[in-house]
Amino acid sequence: METQAEISDEIAKISREYDEAGQVETQPRVDYPPYRSSLLRHPTKDLHQADPEGVELWAPVFGRRDVDPLESDLTIQRGGDPIGERMVVTGRVLDGEGRPVRRQLVEIWQANAGGRYVHQRDQHPAALDPHFTGMGRCLTDDDGRYSFTTIKPGPYPWRNHRNAWRPAHIHFSLFGTEFTQRMVTQMYFPGDPLFALDPIYQAILDPAARDRLVATYDHDLTQPEWSTGYRWDIVLTGSHRTLMEADTEGGVA
Amino acid sequence: MSPTPTPGQTVGPFFHYALPYDGDRDLVAPGSPGAVRLHGTVSDGDGAPVPDALVEIWQAGPDGRVVARSGSLRRDGHTFTGFGRSSTDREGAYTFTTLAPGAVDGGLPFFAVTVFARGLLNRLFTRAYLPLADGATDPLLASVPADRRSTLVCTADTHGFVFDIRLMGDGETVFLRFPGQ
Ligand SMILES: [Fe+3]
Repeated sequence: METQAEISDEIAKISREYDEAGQVETQPRVDYPPYRSSLLRHPTKDLHQADPEGVELWAPVFGRRDVDPLESDLTIQRGGDPIGERMVVTGRVLDGEGRPVRRQLVEIWQANAGGRYVHQRDQHPAALDPHFTGMGRCLTDDDGRYSFTTIKPGPYPWRNHRNAWRPAHIHFSLFGTEFTQRMVTQMYFPGDPLFALDPIYQAILDPAARDRLVATYDHDLTQPEWSTGYRWDIVLTGSHRTLMEADTEGGVA
Repeated sequence: MSPTPTPGQTVGPFFHYALPYDGDRDLVAPGSPGAVRLHGTVSDGDGAPVPDALVEIWQAGPDGRVVARSGSLRRDGHTFTGFGRSSTDREGAYTFTTLAPGAVDGGLPFFAVTVFARGLLNRLFTRAYLPLADGATDPLLASVPADRRSTLVCTADTHGFVFDIRLMGDGETVFLRFPGQ
């Protein structure tokens, strides 16, 4: 297994080549060898440019039938207080024109405070927390706002290379107003010392783009004697339907 | 000025206790009138199965209408919502029980497909067209090189349709980039 120094050299080399090329890339490369699991799992052909058609111009609808409001609180799912730093994570889901994505599904999952997932494939010898599952759902409100109460996840080791550690993160799954906006990403915490070492985070080559995955500590969200607060907004790719026709709000093909 | 889209990241290895849910892959109850199976294998650059992928479909109903009904996460057994999600098994196989999509606005009928996997740094989009009548085409199929077109088309089997997804290498599936991405 490679050492962190070897992986860091690979990351630095790709970063230098990227700087020299002078082209801004705001999405991760799918071909990013320092992330070893990507080696056999990325298309080698250019993505094929397509105009969205038919069903692609619409998105699945989720409603109150689908999501219980209690699912947004990850600290009350197991009949006791989980260990760790209680926090609120909130922000807005916006489309590519900056408009709120209303009443749409947001799903999250994360490790516990010790960096352990409730997943049979997680072999990290850190304690499971009987009071923490680490998955939540909510619907955005009319401003596109989502909000979760959870605990701050810990960093965790993985087998990409020797002594590889993921920066603390929360996985987010998002829908827009069109299926073309579907995305899954990860939210990170400010100032994590593992950022520079992590090939998943570094697969996004533009530093400003990487920063977009980092939440902001917000003292106004922090609640006295209760929880800290972080803010993180998500911008989906542009929507096409409204560009192609006069927007008939709520219309269905 | 439009804001810049947030970058994607891999779904990672630990999504199984969060994203799958009861009934996720059954858009209609197996055995119900009109039910068909859409299934296939997700494979990697060595042709090996990908056992930790997640496939989602989004489709019109048989009449070509795009429904706007909630209930995909808590299926009531009657409402067709058009959305389904299937994680792959140890052999890289995914399966949906659904209805054959109809043509929307005179286009060819297809399932819109999204693929996520550990090791895949950003989601991929593709289309799974129903088997094509002779000479049938549309703007997307016409723009794809003839030798790759079949990667976008289901084959029929006794219970429905087969659509294999090859992430990389020989027979690599045509994946899509929409304007603004
Ligand atoms: Fe993770």
